[in-house]
Amino acid sequence: MPKLIKGVGCPYCGSSCDDIEVLVSDDETKILEVHNACIIGTNLFHHANDPTRPKLPRRRQPDGTMKEIPYDEAIDYMAKTMLAAKKPLIYGFGSTNCEGMSAVARIAEKSGAVLDNCATICHGPSFLAIFDNGYPSCTLGEAKNRADVVVFWGCNPMHAHPRHTSRYSIFPRGYFTQKGAMQRTVLSIDPRETDTAKLADVHLMLDQGHDYELFDAFRTVLRGHDIPDVVAGIPKETIIKSVEIMKNAKFCMIFFGMGCTHTDGRNHNIDAAISLTRDLNEHTKASIMAMRGHYNIAGPGQVWAWQFGFPYCIDLSKGTHAHMNPGETSSVDLAMRDEVDCFVNVGADAGAHFPIQPVQHLKKHPFITVDPNFNMASEISDLHIPVRIAGVDEPGVVYRMDNVPIQFRAVIKGLPGVPSDEELFNKVYERMCELTKTEPIWLAAKEDRRYPESEAVI
Amino acid sequence: MASGEMIVKGGFIIDPTRKIDGDVGDVAIKDGKIVDKVGSSAKVIDAKGKVVMAGAVDVHSHVAGPKVNAGRLMRPEDKFISGFCRSGMAQKNGYRMESGFSIPSVFKTGYDYARMGYTFVMEAAMPPLLAPHTHEEIHDTPIIDEGALPVFANNWFVMDYLRKGEVENTAAYIAWLLKATKGYGVKLVNPGGTAAWAWGLNCLSLNDPVPYFEITPAEIIKGLIEANEFLGLPHSIHLHQNNLGNPGNYPDTIAALKIAEGFKARNKFGRESVMHSTHLQFHSYGGEGWKDFCSKAKEVMDYVNKQKNITIDLGCVTLDETTTMTADGPFEHHLHGLNHLKWTNVDVEMETAAGVVPYIYDKNVTPNAVQWATGLELALYAKDMNRCFITTDHPNAGPFTRYPRVIKWLMSKKAREETIATMKNSDRMIGLTNIHTMDRELTLFEIAQMTRSGPAKCLGLGNVYGGLAPGMNGDVSVFNLNYKDLPKDAEKIETALQRAACFIKGGEVIVKDGEVVSHGHKKTVWVKVAMPENPQVTRDVSQAFTQGTYTVDIRNYPVREYLAPHQSVIDVNVEA
Repeated sequence: MPKLIKGVGCPYCGSSCDDIEVLVSDDETKILEVHNACIIGTNLFHHANDPTRPKLPRRRQPDGTMKEIPYDEAIDYMAKTMLAAKKPLIYGFGSTNCEGMSAVARIAEKSGAVLDNCATICHGPSFLAIFDNGYPSCTLGEAKNRADVVVFWGCNPMHAHPRHTSRYSIFPRGYFTQKGAMQRTVLSIDPRETDTAKLADVHLMLDQGHDYELFDAFRTVLRGHDIPDVVAGIPKETIIKSVEIMKNAKFCMIFFGMGCTHTDGRNHNIDAAISLTRDLNEHTKASIMAMRGHYNIAGPGQVWAWQFGFPYCIDLSKGTHAHMNPGETSSVDLAMRDEVDCFVNVGADAGAHFPIQPVQHLKKHPFITVDPNFNMASEISDLHIPVRIAGVDEPGVVYRMDNVPIQFRAVIKGLPGVPSDEELFNKVYERMCELTKTEPIWLAAKEDRRYPESEAVI
Repeated sequence: MASGEMIVKGGFIIDPTRKIDGDVGDVAIKDGKIVDKVGSSAKVIDAKGKVVMAGAVDVHSHVAGPKVNAGRLMRPEDKFISGFCRSGMAQKNGYRMESGFSIPSVFKTGYDYARMGYTFVMEAAMPPLLAPHTHEEIHDTPIIDEGALPVFANNWFVMDYLRKGEVENTAAYIAWLLKATKGYGVKLVNPGGTAAWAWGLNCLSLNDPVPYFEITPAEIIKGLIEANEFLGLPHSIHLHQNNLGNPGNYPDTIAALKIAEGFKARNKFGRESVMHSTHLQFHSYGGEGWKDFCSKAKEVMDYVNKQKNITIDLGCVTLDETTTMTADGPFEHHLHGLNHLKWTNVDVEMETAAGVVPYIYDKNVTPNAVQWATGLELALYAKDMNRCFITTDHPNAGPFTRYPRVIKWLMSKKAREETIATMKNSDRMIGLTNIHTMDRELTLFEIAQMTRSGPAKCLGLGNVYGGLAPGMNGDVSVFNLNYKDLPKDAEKIETALQRAACFIKGGEVIVKDGEVVSHGHKKTVWVKVAMPENPQVTRDVSQAFTQGTYTVDIRNYPVREYLAPHQSVIDVNVEA
């Protein structure tokens, strides 16, 4: 009898929907059906059935081919390579669980590595703005229950976060928003007419790269000053009308995406957006939120902040203390300057997402990929170690885009012999300790959790 | 817990639970517990000429959870003043890296508390929805035993039940939530005011109605005392009052304390108080504005001293650059309006909110100097030191690593005067406070009451923590102080308390000569209430999830077992 598992978390985007229902085979090895998820999420679950999923590590041979090797050999290679390197770089973590992020930090400390995550190439500028200006935000339930004005600035959830608008932001009927979309005024600020912009009551089609000016104009109007007739290609009247809508809201929610972080101005755009949110709080209640990309990309920011005090670009190579200086200790910049001599890509695809020069530099040195699937990074690696998929065959905590921890579950049994990220990193750490003749430090707390049971009970 | 035997020999024992004040003696430990005596093969720790006390207990400290981490994340500059770097030795032995000053990393938090001889720390505010986060941090914090207080006073279920006068339903909901979040007790933060903040409003007085819920802060406080005593939880309600930090707030403070009148503690854990009013320093101000902002510690403590069913903690300002963080969302917005530094806010659906703002307590700014004096005055006016505990509301009034400095000020008038002498506006500060006229100097015995026996009793943990009687946890701190000949220079007291000569936890040596030598065996302490099922509450809770007021699935809401390591569960049984 197939089993229907309810309340399952989805391992795709930052919406981290946890209302998915998955029908699995009686022996819990196959996913038969996926309900409630968007098309991308559905396919991610079905991918787990793929019979070609790698089951053993693969090591590059002198002739350039990849050959399957046992896990012990892969663990030994990874431990030795990282210890031998002067400054390894560990990057990725958008798509794995927090247990893995916590475990990898032990290796990073041991080997004096730089620890970085995908934020370095997406919401890194948002972090810079948060360092300067704070982050007046809320959980997504607040947006759902209260927001009567929703602003999407430089983001297109209809494609990037397919269920965001139906679960949290536009359509759902919340406690104080019983009429759902009817009760919400939606503003979209985007140079393109995206599918989100088409849903909006007001679409401000600004000139590309002029977000900062427009934010500034919003603030200027809100503070009661005059602005030029046209700012960033938007007529003054439209700006004034939009500001009035936001100011008269009961609860104004601003979502921003990479249209702000990766256009001219970058962190300054977010800085201005945060200031605008703060200014709005003089008149009404307003909140702002970054549209984080992957289902657990908020996770490394949280885990490493509590372990080292920084969310990303963490240089542990000094040994005595952690150091963060984006631009100096960020992955792409380090690689551009050819400053790292070992690269570990975990639960992300640096091969697809980094510019070509950094990849060329990284490729000169040992290149290791830890990922459940084949991807571009795995195919140029010297070593590819497959792991279980967090949220499909491995449970664990993930942080939704609003930093709400969601305890994901495993819906099927993992491939025999394939470890989780956490197990793999713990074994690498143990091997490192053997090689350096030191005692592993788990913290007492670790004893209970080294290999968590998969089932959750309410 | 370490097996085997150990004896701490020949120290000056200070143990208020047994009224021992500096007698020279031994403390024997067997299998992690204090015992009467051990055999001759026991491991000997020489404490001759040193002070021996139980492991200390912190009743209120923000050390783990979403807002603490929001503070760490938004303040990279806090790492520049970490102060202590991982030594070559620590590095070689694999001790984890330490970061941060006012909001230290989890590793530094555990190590620093251990170095000061602390064994138990209560995380003061846990948003229930984000409880897995709090537990993940507690999980990664070494050595210290921890519990966490979920926040209740702005929770929709609580406000709804109490509006209808349904104390039993409130109690059933508390029982369910404590279990779901692995929480310890009932925390109230700005009752009603934080809920109002969801609409950008606040409740400054006890009688301001909460928007939509039409209930007042006074009714929430009273209702939660009733529910807490109905359940007979180990800890009383833990109250962060309304109108925090504002000039002239002390009448509101006393009014809130008066709500406790007539209630009697009902529990089997030895607790006598029904209300713990936390960081009272922030609530003991007079004046109409910042110009005449002054201390009303005397007025507040006059009331506290005669009202036996109240306990308090100080929330002493330590005159540092720090990070304020509280579930009092509207206050943080207000504070940001005063200092214009960065502001982080986290509103949590159905439950609570939180804010974070960096703050620099500058001794040359008169209101800050007044705050400093107010915190110390509260302790100097206190009559029963078993009801008055040392905190800095870490990190709000200063980091917990300044406890030894606070103790220095409390133990030495000279130290206080030296600090006053460095203040630019010392004359004005003296005119607005009483600190200059107060000659009282607390004794180490009183300090032990304020940091050990008192808080342990108030938390209902008096049978295991805070004392050295046989049967209690084998948690012992040894300090380099000669009790019969305390140093004239109070600085030396601070130095001695900052780094324990030895700290033993569960019969295991954790700190030796101020250095951490073991990661010990930490515990997560929480309270599990067994009571008959309440169909109304079960239905209400499940509807909040199924009808979509929450955005998570009810199956993913309760904290899973593996996230809370080494659980020490306190069972409470409520009769039908």
